[in-house]
Amino acid sequence: MSRPDKQAPVEGQGLRPVLDIEDLKVTFATDAGDVHAVKDVSFTVAPGEIVAIVGESGSGKTVTAKAILGLLPETAQSSGAVVISGNDIITVSPHQLRQIRGRDVAMVFQEPSTALNPVYTVGWQIAEGLRAHRPEGKRVGRREARRLAIDALRKVGIPEPEKRVDYYPHQFSGGQKQRVVIAAALALNPGLIVADEPTTALDVTVQAEILELLRDLRDQFGTSIVLITHNMGVVADLADRVVVMFQGDVVEEAPSQVLFDAPREEYTQKLLAAVPHLGRNSASEGFTERAFQDKEVLVRATDLEIEYPGRLGSPAFRAVDKVSFTISAGEVFGLVGESGSGKTTIGRAIAGLNRTTGGSLEVLGYEMRNYKERTFRPYRKDIGFVFQDPAASFNPHLTIGECVAEPLLIHTDLSGAAVTKKVEELLESVQLPRAYAKRFPHELSGGQRQRASLARGLALKPKLLVADEPTSALDVSVQAKVLELFREIQVEMGFAALFISHDLAVVDILAEWVGVLYKGKMVEQGIGNQIMGNPQEDYTKRLLASLPVPNPAEQAERRAVHQALLARR
Amino acid sequence: METKKSLFSRLPVVSQLKKSVGLQRGMLIAGIVMTAAFLLTAALAPLISPYGATQRFNETQAPPSSVHIWGTTAGGYDVFSRTIWGTQTAVLVIVVAVALSIFIGVILGLLSGYIGGWLDRILVVVADAIYAFPTLLLAMVMSIAISQGRSNMWSGIFSAAISITVVFIPQYFRVIRAETIRLKAEPFVESAIVVGASSVRIMARHIYKNATRTLPLIFTLNASEAILTLAGLGFLGFGIEPSSAAEWGYDLNHAQTDAASGIWWTGVFPGAAIVLTVLGLTLLGESMNDLNDPRLRGRKRVGKKKNGPTKDEELVDA
Repeated sequence: MSRPDKQAPVEGQGLRPVLDIEDLKVTFATDAGDVHAVKDVSFTVAPGEIVAIVGESGSGKTVTAKAILGLLPETAQSSGAVVISGNDIITVSPHQLRQIRGRDVAMVFQEPSTALNPVYTVGWQIAEGLRAHRPEGKRVGRREARRLAIDALRKVGIPEPEKRVDYYPHQFSGGQKQRVVIAAALALNPGLIVADEPTTALDVTVQAEILELLRDLRDQFGTSIVLITHNMGVVADLADRVVVMFQGDVVEEAPSQVLFDAPREEYTQKLLAAVPHLGRNSASEGFTERAFQDKEVLVRATDLEIEYPGRLGSPAFRAVDKVSFTISAGEVFGLVGESGSGKTTIGRAIAGLNRTTGGSLEVLGYEMRNYKERTFRPYRKDIGFVFQDPAASFNPHLTIGECVAEPLLIHTDLSGAAVTKKVEELLESVQLPRAYAKRFPHELSGGQRQRASLARGLALKPKLLVADEPTSALDVSVQAKVLELFREIQVEMGFAALFISHDLAVVDILAEWVGVLYKGKMVEQGIGNQIMGNPQEDYTKRLLASLPVPNPAEQAERRAVHQALLARR
Repeated sequence: METKKSLFSRLPVVSQLKKSVGLQRGMLIAGIVMTAAFLLTAALAPLISPYGATQRFNETQAPPSSVHIWGTTAGGYDVFSRTIWGTQTAVLVIVVAVALSIFIGVILGLLSGYIGGWLDRILVVVADAIYAFPTLLLAMVMSIAISQGRSNMWSGIFSAAISITVVFIPQYFRVIRAETIRLKAEPFVESAIVVGASSVRIMARHIYKNATRTLPLIFTLNASEAILTLAGLGFLGFGIEPSSAAEWGYDLNHAQTDAASGIWWTGVFPGAAIVLTVLGLTLLGESMNDLNDPRLRGRKRVGKKKNGPTKDEELVDA
């Protein structure tokens, strides 16, 4: 191997790209025939550069990332060239590939909790990569590996690395686990890190920290990063250059600022327009006081407490702690919070899927503390529910028509023909063709399924609709359409809604009144535009500041504000 | 979106055959052929076998000849006819045993998994207790309780089937219960709850169909186990009387003494019948199991013929 002399010019001068992809094509063999996941992709990454690959699901961005590390499954066939420090990943032998991985290129995965092996200490897992290679031609001893692991943990900002090196993955929080994954990737100082949706599984405040860490790595060690993401805010925050992919092809490639300011291609323009932008298109624009207060109160929570029983010996976990709020008829109440804040628990309690354990929760006048399935059932026809994952919330063995008809069959005595007619009307009201009633859920796209889910939720013209993260499983462009539809139908039918989301920008588009939850407590509630524009509580301020906006220049300013906020804490 | 497939190609075995390649396909085809031969023999037993199953002849322990092509046993039975008629008994026992255990197992599994609470706890304890018992011992106890050990054809078949049923119910129960518990947390079941569907409706309409997808697999695997249990019962003398129906296990038992004196034909044929039937059903069940799991299923390589030129391009590039 002539690697050392080939790599020599790379260091310092940045003449030779760290990664050079040329005419990459990847085809998968499936039961339904060949699928061309990546059609023709070429781009390069210079030393110390952060290149983002953006695209919606199915655009081939993750397949491209996996091709860079030679991680494609057996059923895939790739052609073209992926050159990393002089080696073409597609043609090298498995032995060489193993040497390249870790030494020249490393990967950071999406879900840190599954990327780490729970039965080994993090130190062992970092050292594993070190011991698999022989940096400088000699084996790494146990003590040496431990020292290097501690170094790596220190680099990624884990406090007390000497102690933490012996911790197991479950002893770290989600953000810290992602730091450990990054530390493992960094252990051998690879020139290139491929990060596949590194912050998608994390909360926004944690996401901001990880993005900061990745930026530091580049600045301090000159590591190049290929960032795979669908989040335009993350791209604006981190990337120097952006590659936009659509259906396996590169649509546009441009420096970050240029792309956001003046997207050239139509697809990029549409994609950017669909990204919800905080402060634009607010539902509560111009409101000065809470609307709909003259209407009937549908949901009233007073010091609501919900506990999950603990395991033997451990105390119960209080998911919702003394939360009070009301939802009036016709009002859209937005509930925001990070994971574990209790927002979903509240939504489920209103629909009778969770039991309350303290305080009072009145839904349509029914006190949920005395919940009995039998006595609550009559109230169910006035409550609609839209679930987060449209793929899982339909019975795969029933057609869309049968699924939408369920509530009608249960609560009304309409005849078969009348039900069919009503189902068709419902599908049309959510802008789906009538013929879709005969299709099965898997034959629809994510956005179409979520519309059908909305049709089912609205089948009985409910007074209240609980929507639990209805758009978070969708691509941005689809999300934009579903949100628009939701808003139209809400205005038309005038139902009240509890809209639960972790995305502040999305909540702002729909909700007139917004409540912010943090660790089970309602930190702040108020009119949407006031919460977004002029938050009072520290937590809300931090939450807002950590949300990256899809504009590099604006995001740089926001980042400074966020840093200041953190420093003050 | 793929085009809608015809009903035929979506049938359990057919759809798996279409998905299979290479060795997996060979194993599946071998399983299908053996099982088909087994079923055909059972169906056509009256036509194939020259004599009745319980017909006795004067020449005992006669070696294979043109009159008795596989010879006769010490009891004067024609080995060929006994082996052929034995398939019929085996099929009947499998059908009755598996049908009964699926029926009861699925209902108990659905109830136990969905309702939970004390009902679930009691049923699980009972199922575990049955599991902990040696299956053959349990089948023997049942067989003695039902028919006092000996019986004619139908009551023999039923007692054998019920004995096997008792052993199998916990298997179906566990599979269905586990699936039900998993499905109970699925959003589509929750959405049915939110809509206000009753528990019976949720179990029947939403959980049942989704929970029973794996049943054809357990069915084929259990069928082979049922044959083994039946043969075991017969071998130990708790099966069906030789005067009422042909049964491989009994014949094998009585061939024991023959083997020592060089009379091979009384043991080899019923023994081979058991081995081949069990092998066929197991191959069928196991390969269907593997093919149903996308991770275990082998796939054709990406169109090698069509992409010939790409290979050359690659060579040029390299």
